[in-house]
Amino acid sequence: MMNLPLSITKTISDWVYSIMPESAATVTIWVLIAAAYLALFAVAGLYLVLLERKVAAWFQLRLGPNRVGPGGLFQTMADALKLVSKELTSTIKVDKFLFNLAPYFVIVSALISISVLPFSRHFQAFDINIGVFFLLAVSSIGVIGILLGGWASNNKFALIGAMRSGLQTISYELSVGLSILTMVLLTGSLQLSEIIEVQRTGGWLIVQGHIPAIIAFMIFMIAGTAETNRAPFDLVEAESELGAGFHTEYSGMKFAYFFLAEFINMFIIASIAVVLFFGGWLSPFGITDNIAWFPESIWFLIKVLIIIFLMMWFRWTFPRLRVDQLLTLEWKYLLPINLVNIVIMAIVIWLNWTI
Amino acid sequence: MANQDLTTKIKTEEYFVNMGPQHPAAHGVLRLLLTIDGEIIKNVEPDLGYIHRSIEKMCERDSYQQIVHLTDRMDYLSSHINNEAVCLAVEKGLEIEVPDRVKVIRTIIGELTRIASHCLWWGVMGMDLGALTTYFYAFRDREMINDIFEETCGARLTMNYNIPGGLMFDVHPNFVNRTKEFIKHFKTKIPEYDRLLTGNVIFEKRTKGVGILTKEDAISFGVTGPVARGSGFSSDVRKHHPYSAYDRVEFKEALYTEGDTYARYKVRIMEMWESMSIIEQLIDNIPEGEIQTTTKAVIKLPKGEYYQRVETARGELGVYINSTGTKNPYRLKFRSPGFSNLSVLNHISKGSKIADLVATMASFDFVIPDIDR
Repeated sequence: MMNLPLSITKTISDWVYSIMPESAATVTIWVLIAAAYLALFAVAGLYLVLLERKVAAWFQLRLGPNRVGPGGLFQTMADALKLVSKELTSTIKVDKFLFNLAPYFVIVSALISISVLPFSRHFQAFDINIGVFFLLAVSSIGVIGILLGGWASNNKFALIGAMRSGLQTISYELSVGLSILTMVLLTGSLQLSEIIEVQRTGGWLIVQGHIPAIIAFMIFMIAGTAETNRAPFDLVEAESELGAGFHTEYSGMKFAYFFLAEFINMFIIASIAVVLFFGGWLSPFGITDNIAWFPESIWFLIKVLIIIFLMMWFRWTFPRLRVDQLLTLEWKYLLPINLVNIVIMAIVIWLNWTI
Repeated sequence: MANQDLTTKIKTEEYFVNMGPQHPAAHGVLRLLLTIDGEIIKNVEPDLGYIHRSIEKMCERDSYQQIVHLTDRMDYLSSHINNEAVCLAVEKGLEIEVPDRVKVIRTIIGELTRIASHCLWWGVMGMDLGALTTYFYAFRDREMINDIFEETCGARLTMNYNIPGGLMFDVHPNFVNRTKEFIKHFKTKIPEYDRLLTGNVIFEKRTKGVGILTKEDAISFGVTGPVARGSGFSSDVRKHHPYSAYDRVEFKEALYTEGDTYARYKVRIMEMWESMSIIEQLIDNIPEGEIQTTTKAVIKLPKGEYYQRVETARGELGVYINSTGTKNPYRLKFRSPGFSNLSVLNHISKGSKIADLVATMASFDFVIPDIDR
């Protein structure tokens, strides 16, 4: 029996091919997929914002948004509407071209990254054989947007924020990359769907790789949080020091782009963690494997949300690091541990100690 | 140091940044002119005057009863203690002794004010270091104190409870019970504060060894209050020059010798414990009696100079009154704790990073109208 979401998309696809010539139909399908992903992107961003506010409220003995819609469900939509309707202002001496370009770098890099995420066996826009590599490469473009934004704003606080962002993202990308490499070593593949398939028989990778995998996961979570510029690593927009950091001068929708990209990046980091360590869309202990109609992407989303909750937990309990401490943590602790961890992982695989 | 070698080799450019007057870390309209080299602070120049309301000049125009209503607008987080300072100064001039009941109630409410002020400081300190959650935890507990105040005198922040010669009204019948309830509640909450912030590794890294103020500097800059006591300078007015009922209670002066941000933090946490102990000693035996001594409708202080100091939540507040025998002071001057504490900021933050300045400022617990009267 065919999977339900798959059958719907197949029906649409068949219909499109039946009413127009093949080349036009292919382009139409691409556009449809892109539109679907854009919608997903927007909804995910909006509802992660709401989730963050609810989680924050829960941690802080508050109620959170509860007025617009049932339980405040439409709050972020109202916010988005407000942001869209706001005037896009900027100061006179900004570098207009770069200033306007910067948010697109941030948002486009996040958007492209989301296209290779395997939500389920049938729900993945690109299943390329260098998926992990692609993710790493594309997600690192975002920093250019932040640097440009900070530089073009012609504001010193924004500039400090941008400089901090540059050093932070570039530093922590090493750790993210190396911890991913550790897991790639274990699976022997760069293709995201294949990495998940490996876990169908042998169990989730965090179990398969035991100690080095657990170390890699911890490093990935720390470095991933840092790479998305979230607390306790939110030095880029440290409000008590820099006002608002790199996006001080941005207003309305341009500000929202930066904000949305941050949440999407969090989603991406959580997704990579789920794919690499927790079996992607595989159900725990295969409990829904025999239920054909069950959408596997549910498991993927549940796992992603748990990881995201963890990241939000960090945010609402930890104070912020100082910039030199941030670099010390990366270059003096995480990077050496990571390098040793790769060697340990190699030895573990060589001696066949994996579970 | 290796870092210094590097900075001498690389040519860098210093630049100015205006921190404030509306900066999230300034807690008011404080403007700091920062000279920065990269993230390193070369100079901090506070620029005051954005909230100046000439309170001292207004005091010279007003009668002594009216002055009391201005002082709580200066340091609105220790409003009761500020008012007490003026009242004590006037009472000194009139040579009247307030009833015992007044002294005890003033002390209890003063200590509650101190706890409320430290609660706000604790929340804001966490917020400045990026941990917003502390703010809400502290406000939950502070709310209970504010409720007690509201019931007692109708105000929650700028209390006008003291008058020269006593108190405006007697305490509310619920006062004793609610205060005890608060103490019971708050004793379980300070350990929670410790779990959330004090023991946190990032918090310790951010505060230990940051913004070190030596005892000598503390004395020579005239620093008082928890900031001075964090540097080991025993400066508690309540101990050294007891007023109201402080001579009849047992409490320890919170003293730490490290002089860094963490020490100042610990001083305030300890002070909250000590304030609770003071309240506990007094709450069960508030003496019966009058709450006012009879004063004339128009108070005229005899010719002369009067000075009274009290320990507010931020340090020593001094009130200097120069009277020529009329119904208002010829000259009135406040020695506010925040002002002398601010003067040391440049001295201790040179060479540190912007983030350190924020942590240091948070540990100084500035209230800007108190600095900029």
